[in-house]
Amino acid sequence: MADNAIGDMYKLLLCWRYLRTRWIALASVISVTLGVATMIVVNSVMAGFSHEMQTRIHGILSDIVFESHSLSGFQDPQWHIEEIERAAGDQIAGMTPTVAVPAMLSFQVRGQWVTRQVMFIGIDPRTHAQVSDFGQYLQHPTNREQLSFSLREGGYDTTDSQNPTKTPTRPALEHAGWPHRRMRVERERLWKERLETKKSAENKATRSVDQQVQDVLAATSPKDDSPETSSDVTEDGESRKNPFQTARPAQGRAMDPAKEQFTGIVPGIGLASFRNRQGVDQFLTLPGDDVKITFPTAGTPPKAVSDNFTIVDFYESKMSEYDSNFVFVPIDALQRMRGMIDPQTGIPSVNSIQIRLKPDAKLNEVRDRLREVFPSDLYAIATWRDKQGPLLSAVDMEMAVLNILLFLIIAVAGFGILAIFFMIVVEKTRDIGILKALGATSSGIAGIFLGYGLFLGLLGAGAGLVLGLSITYNINQIRLAVEWCTGSRVFDPSIYYFFQIPTIIDPVTIGWIIIGAIVIATGSSVLPAVRAARLHAVEALRHE
Amino acid sequence: MSDLEIPSKTPLMLETRQVCKQYQSGTTTLEVLRGVDFTLEKEGFLAVVGQSGSGKSTLLHVMGLLDAPDSGEVWINGRRIDNLPVREKDRLRNSSIGMVFQAYHLLPELTALENVLAPLLIRYGIFDWFTQRRAAQEKAEELLDRFGLSDRLHHRPRQLSGGEMQRVAIARALITDPQVLLADEPTGNLDEESGAGIIEALAELNQDKGLSIVLVTHDADIASQARGIVRLAAGIVDIMNSGAADSAA
Repeated sequence: MADNAIGDMYKLLLCWRYLRTRWIALASVISVTLGVATMIVVNSVMAGFSHEMQTRIHGILSDIVFESHSLSGFQDPQWHIEEIERAAGDQIAGMTPTVAVPAMLSFQVRGQWVTRQVMFIGIDPRTHAQVSDFGQYLQHPTNREQLSFSLREGGYDTTDSQNPTKTPTRPALEHAGWPHRRMRVERERLWKERLETKKSAENKATRSVDQQVQDVLAATSPKDDSPETSSDVTEDGESRKNPFQTARPAQGRAMDPAKEQFTGIVPGIGLASFRNRQGVDQFLTLPGDDVKITFPTAGTPPKAVSDNFTIVDFYESKMSEYDSNFVFVPIDALQRMRGMIDPQTGIPSVNSIQIRLKPDAKLNEVRDRLREVFPSDLYAIATWRDKQGPLLSAVDMEMAVLNILLFLIIAVAGFGILAIFFMIVVEKTRDIGILKALGATSSGIAGIFLGYGLFLGLLGAGAGLVLGLSITYNINQIRLAVEWCTGSRVFDPSIYYFFQIPTIIDPVTIGWIIIGAIVIATGSSVLPAVRAARLHAVEALRHE
Repeated sequence: MSDLEIPSKTPLMLETRQVCKQYQSGTTTLEVLRGVDFTLEKEGFLAVVGQSGSGKSTLLHVMGLLDAPDSGEVWINGRRIDNLPVREKDRLRNSSIGMVFQAYHLLPELTALENVLAPLLIRYGIFDWFTQRRAAQEKAEELLDRFGLSDRLHHRPRQLSGGEMQRVAIARALITDPQVLLADEPTGNLDEESGAGIIEALAELNQDKGLSIVLVTHDADIASQARGIVRLAAGIVDIMNSGAADSAA
């Protein structure tokens, strides 16, 4: 019966009045607000980075990698593909064989040799796009649709195709391809001629260098007919030749580099360029340039062999680990050069088979099924998550540690609430005595302060939610504003290879942050509330 | 129904039997009440007088269930209340005992009207309050109007004079229709005129409404306006004149 019950209407009224009149408590609300906002922003950005990274890793790696332990690989990939198909064909969308060997890439920059350690990967351009997003990371629009290891006449992107802002950052690629190759060849020839002329004809009347250049260029500039024989060239200037066949001259004939290319390769863009502080890519070498690659043969012991290759495109996954390490080449060319084709049977060997699963397939289940069929001492079968396990775990751990540290901000706000509430309890001692004299119970008194803490938590978390979401949604504009104000870069695309700060707002994470903040705020008011509840009515009434 | 409206044949509203109370101050034990026997008849109006430190306020606190006696018994309307559970005491204090203090003790965050409503706000839950609010508010306004404060309903305590604050405190004590009103030197902080007004109001409540009142004061003139006088000295009842004969007359 209400007449005899002790209710809680007064708690609500007093909480509300304290909230409106005790401005000092709002100081702790600000701490909670900032803590919640920071956690929302950091979690969203970290989730964005993590998602972006995982997408890229997964885009580069196929779902499951079927590998040989040996560098020489395993024979007869077609037989292996059929066996894999038989074991888990219902869940497989596509497969492609690859050969991967460590190698050294060397190229000349202004007369100096630059050598880089790389992973030299032989791929089948017809099937590789089925198992990974490889194609979409290339710089030539036609290659993105169907990769060819033939050098293109031009038309390489001068903007980053993955960058939505389309800022022109790669003017050097404007002349990449055959025009660049011809220009380079002519420059080299001219330089050579000039040196010879200088040596032999001191007394001869010499024409100006400019005149010589014009003459030479006129003689060698591309005519209506293509560099290759007309029968081998399509209307758009592309070769009809087998792209995997090394474009070497016939035996005994000297190769004309202005018209012919070596075996095409696609190196990672990080091997050939660097990004300056202004976000513009500086290229050390371009499509059309020749490079030397040294790699081991398949025999035992492996011997180092070296060959010339022509860069036909660049690969840019935005994962610097891959972009500065991978060089792709036609698989049959690499197999031939490494001696991975059985001379008697003509059956090739490969290092691995990349497997792409159907969208609803179960990754680990397929892996386990294949592990049952293929002996583990001969083959290593791993999912893309297994292969990047340490990296993904490191990112998860980083997020966990960051969350703990940031939660301490809210914990500090909690201590603020604790201190302020103790102060308020002292200040309100007489009021507590009055309430007790009017019949308020001790638990009711505690309820006022717990409710007050809950109100502060709700207010702080609510404000933090609004602030955090506002910052997250506008983080790139805020970044630009901060950069404009301070004159220094807050987010350097040359480090991250993202043009914008990626964010993902996860409602579950935000829910936990809000609940955590409210629990801390309410929890911090427990001790002051208990102290208030324990006050003796008469002593409280006498408090000055 | 109030907790004290229990059918009782006893003519006594309030009674203490051999109530003792002592306080510990460091190593010193201070005996404030040393076996107080006190009785207040129904509809009685007693003034408790005595020198400072004689135990007047402590006795009032014990009778008002704000403090527990070390020994002895407290009875209200024929029911022993000193040994009730804490929650029951809280309930009794809210519903059956009205208290007025020397320092008014109004809640500064609330308006005059809300202060008067405070005991009902404590009594009702949120949902009950919405059904009872209109009646409670009307009653509070009526009480404030009776004490000449109809134009001060929405003033905060700091905007009121001492006399006005004390009248608000009396209205607050009456909002629950208590069976007994315990007033602890209600005129102590007031000027003579305001004090006289307060005592007059209490006398009227006793006379017109039959409200049992215990008034603690050290002022003999004010005490003389009560129907009976109890004098405390060194923690025991020195003189007790319950005024029953006057009342009967």
